Amino acid sequence: MKTNEGIGWSAAVIIAVATLFAVSPARAAENGKLRLGIVTFLSGPASGPFGVPAENAAKLTIAALNSGKMPAPYAMKGINGVEIETVVVDEAGGASKQVEEFRNLVERQNVDAVIGYISSGDCLAVAPVAEELKALTVFFDCGTPRIFEDATYKYVFRTGPIATTDNIGAARYVLDTLPKTKSFAGINQNYAWGQDSWNDFKAAMGVLVPQAQVKTEQFPKLGAGRYGAEISAILVENPDLVHSSFWGGDMEALVLQGAARGLFDKRAVVLTCGETGMFRLAEQMPEGAIIGGRGPYGVFAPNNPLNEWFRKEYQAAYNTPPTYPAYKIVQAILGLKNAAEKAGSESGKLPSTDSIIAKFQGSSFEAPSGMVVMGLGKGHQAVHGIAYGTFKLNADKSPTIINVRNYPAECVTPPEGTPSTEWIKAGMPGAKCG
Amino acid sequence: MLTLLAILVDGLNYASWLFMVAAGLTLIYGVMKILNMAHGSMFAIGAYTSAWIAGWYFTGADSMWGYLLMLGGAIAAGAFVGLVIERGLLRFLYGRDPVVMILLTYAVLLILEDVTKLIWGVDPYFAFQPYTLLGRTQVGPLTFANYDFGVILVAAIIGLGLWWGLNRTRRGKLLLAVIHDPEMSVALGINVRAYFLLTFVIGSILGCVAGAVTAPAISVAPGIGVEVIVLAFAVVVIGGLGSVGGALAGALIVGFSRATAVHLLPQVDLFVIFGVMSLVLVVRPQGLFGRAQPRKI
Amino acid sequence: MAKDRTLLGLTLALALLMAGMAVFPQWLTFLVMMSLARGLVVLAVVLQMRAGLVSFGQGLYYCVGGYTAAMLGSLYGVHEVAVLIAATILVSATVAFVLGTLLSRYRDIFFAMLTMAFSMILYGVLVKSSALGSTDGFSLPGMTFFGWTPETQSTAVYILTCLLVYLIALAYHYYQESPAGYLAGAIRENEIRVEYLGSSPQRLLHCKYVMASVIAAVGGLLSALATGHVDPEMAYWTTSGEFVFIAILGGTGHVAAPFIGSTLFSFVQTYAYQFFPYTWQMVLGLVLLLIIVFLPSGLWSLVQRSGSEKPRAADH
Repeated sequence: MKTNEGIGWSAAVIIAVATLFAVSPARAAENGKLRLGIVTFLSGPASGPFGVPAENAAKLTIAALNSGKMPAPYAMKGINGVEIETVVVDEAGGASKQVEEFRNLVERQNVDAVIGYISSGDCLAVAPVAEELKALTVFFDCGTPRIFEDATYKYVFRTGPIATTDNIGAARYVLDTLPKTKSFAGINQNYAWGQDSWNDFKAAMGVLVPQAQVKTEQFPKLGAGRYGAEISAILVENPDLVHSSFWGGDMEALVLQGAARGLFDKRAVVLTCGETGMFRLAEQMPEGAIIGGRGPYGVFAPNNPLNEWFRKEYQAAYNTPPTYPAYKIVQAILGLKNAAEKAGSESGKLPSTDSIIAKFQGSSFEAPSGMVVMGLGKGHQAVHGIAYGTFKLNADKSPTIINVRNYPAECVTPPEGTPSTEWIKAGMPGAKCG
Repeated sequence: MLTLLAILVDGLNYASWLFMVAAGLTLIYGVMKILNMAHGSMFAIGAYTSAWIAGWYFTGADSMWGYLLMLGGAIAAGAFVGLVIERGLLRFLYGRDPVVMILLTYAVLLILEDVTKLIWGVDPYFAFQPYTLLGRTQVGPLTFANYDFGVILVAAIIGLGLWWGLNRTRRGKLLLAVIHDPEMSVALGINVRAYFLLTFVIGSILGCVAGAVTAPAISVAPGIGVEVIVLAFAVVVIGGLGSVGGALAGALIVGFSRATAVHLLPQVDLFVIFGVMSLVLVVRPQGLFGRAQPRKI
Repeated sequence: MAKDRTLLGLTLALALLMAGMAVFPQWLTFLVMMSLARGLVVLAVVLQMRAGLVSFGQGLYYCVGGYTAAMLGSLYGVHEVAVLIAATILVSATVAFVLGTLLSRYRDIFFAMLTMAFSMILYGVLVKSSALGSTDGFSLPGMTFFGWTPETQSTAVYILTCLLVYLIALAYHYYQESPAGYLAGAIRENEIRVEYLGSSPQRLLHCKYVMASVIAAVGGLLSALATGHVDPEMAYWTTSGEFVFIAILGGTGHVAAPFIGSTLFSFVQTYAYQFFPYTWQMVLGLVLLLIIVFLPSGLWSLVQRSGSEKPRAADH
């Protein structure tokens, strides 16, 4: 058997293929466009509620930017007059796959910047690589505070708030609206997001509503879909309040099964990601459910010209109001645009990555969600207030949110240098809630 | 006392669901010796079909016809996809190594995953009406959805139907012969290939029906198929591959251990199924109802 | 029998890969590095497959290797790769020895399912460990390589990967040419006859299981070093399934097959991601389907067909 030929052959083929691909597509600047990598879930359970709305919003925003139709202060064409072209990649496949694809985006596709990542695991894995490759990367949705608490990055930014604020905000809303809550239970997905959300909420409740006892903590598998036993367990324990950070299909399944089984009949429920499902669930959503949208997005977004424009255009294009992932990716694009335009001297030329970074750090910019301040992680992490509200079905069966409370960033965000879990445990010193 | 009742109902409910998912898988394995990964896709296709029909049908008028239509749609979808896969692909590859066959079905799973996405999109389908229409039953502070009892009923009908079909009909008895010894069956003049086709179609239909019955209680989204395969595998292995009775036993064991864990020790939920599976295999390497293979010299 | 020139071939491949570092674009270096690391795990699957055992839980050791390195690195401050390699081998061999006493009694689908169950139990434990970042996993710090602190870590990891893979591949090849290696085929064909010949299949399979586990763990270590990140997904059943898939794709005939299979798989996957972002799963599935249907003995059969000799019995 001529095995050595086989090996030699294969190695030769690999080398040949390599040289072939070494002649990669022209560097973005060479065709005069800004090449932007967009990474978001296009398949799997997170694609429907997060990935695709975000992708749609990105397309819409970039098309508007390229045609110069964005309202002020973003009326300049593209980014600093440079037209934007996009490369879209599916976020599915796990963190090591995403590290590989990130390298391919930067080195093979020669993108000038990457905006993306919904999963915290992907963000944690990609951040050091972005730093190594000196590739400007803006995370738009992932929530784990560990990214800038555990490390310092130059090339990595996150324009969405940390997930800790969700659950501190939720506990504050409980304190403000249901201060007599005596007991609560949690049902969260059994993975990092669910575990962190529940721990933050439990700790914040311990500080803010200390008399409330934990009755049961349920952690069904991510994507389980059937929560019969968990619902029974909560019914048996009979708590005053149920907390859940479920999202997407899991959240819809829980609401549906819980409603059919009276889980929400005499009990308050907090859904920290309820906003994405509110219009889809409509009549099924329990009246009085406490709903969050991970920041001032979607129904919680303020009335400003940018938001009016975005809401109108998105509704017209996709026939549904935009939800928080859509807001968050627009925010990331605008953050990048703002920094690049502040850095660029002449229009129609892309400033250097380093000068964009210098202007991105600690910047503040307008977005459909209001003013975004890059105030944490040495100016790389956005701080944002959070809003919660109570779900109500109007007389005409249209869903709405009443009794909205906005908690400013200083109220729900730890100061620079303090890990969020420790800050909550210490009783959230220095929180200014107005 | 209340917890005990809850464990009983939840366990039975979960077990019937598991049985429905696992029955088709074990049947196909028993006859064809293929561990069909694409069974997860069947589940997804059934769920999508029925959710789609429910969304179209239940727009105000409520009647029992809707339920039958959903089931019928899922059965038709299962029969169609099963036929296409068996006639178009599997029949050319019988006799290959079992591992190759598993991987073949894995490739089919990957393809079907995107086909469902192309047909139904990524937005979750939410067909809740059938779930809430049947009302609820109150036991003390516990409320149960009547639909879940319906699921138990459907599972029981499927179980009885399979038992009757296999043991009380001529075709079923011939099928048992094929399960027992395909080579001998060929020698006796049984058209084994025809039974392969029949089995694969029935197995696919069972997968689709499981999906159809589950759809109204969940939000049908991409990826649900992949979630159920590994569960179904575990159930089938615990019970003994290829045995319908075994699948029932496996489903009951997993269903009740999981319900117990959720109520008494929620931390271990994630391990229960594989813990039980390891335990059973350690004690009985062939699964509970599996026959020990004689060693060939 | 033609002269075995595997040593020559492998050395040639090593030289080419080393030289490739200079010409490869960075993304390709990374892809090759990851493919080689994962190829080791596939090799481990093949090692057992030749004896008739299909492990659907090789991800267990892939994960053990990765987590041993990552935990030593970021929790205990060990920054020397030599120590990590030693620790990985030690830990994986110990775990494999214990589990192997049980698993070596199992065959067929039951071996497959039990290995999968163990791997899923590890997955469950890791998901529950919030100190280890649960499903988010955690990152590895920078390393020294036998006392040398490289300027760019990825270059050092690439060289290390090529060398380790070369050594393991050689060892594997000579093992398969030894009596113990040839017995694998005999066990697959008929275990009882092997017993009559005076060998203990169980002990031999136990031994192979431990070897396969160590190889897979080294693969896990290398891929953790390459990506700089570990998460429980490494032990999830789909990861293990992918390794089996690549094993079939490459073929079990020769030591080079798993690495070629794994490189090709990476290429197909990454270009499917690039050109078909919405339907890459379908493209991947179709490619795999075609290979299974038209190349039943894997890609290696293409290489072998070009040789003049008929394949040996053990080469299926």
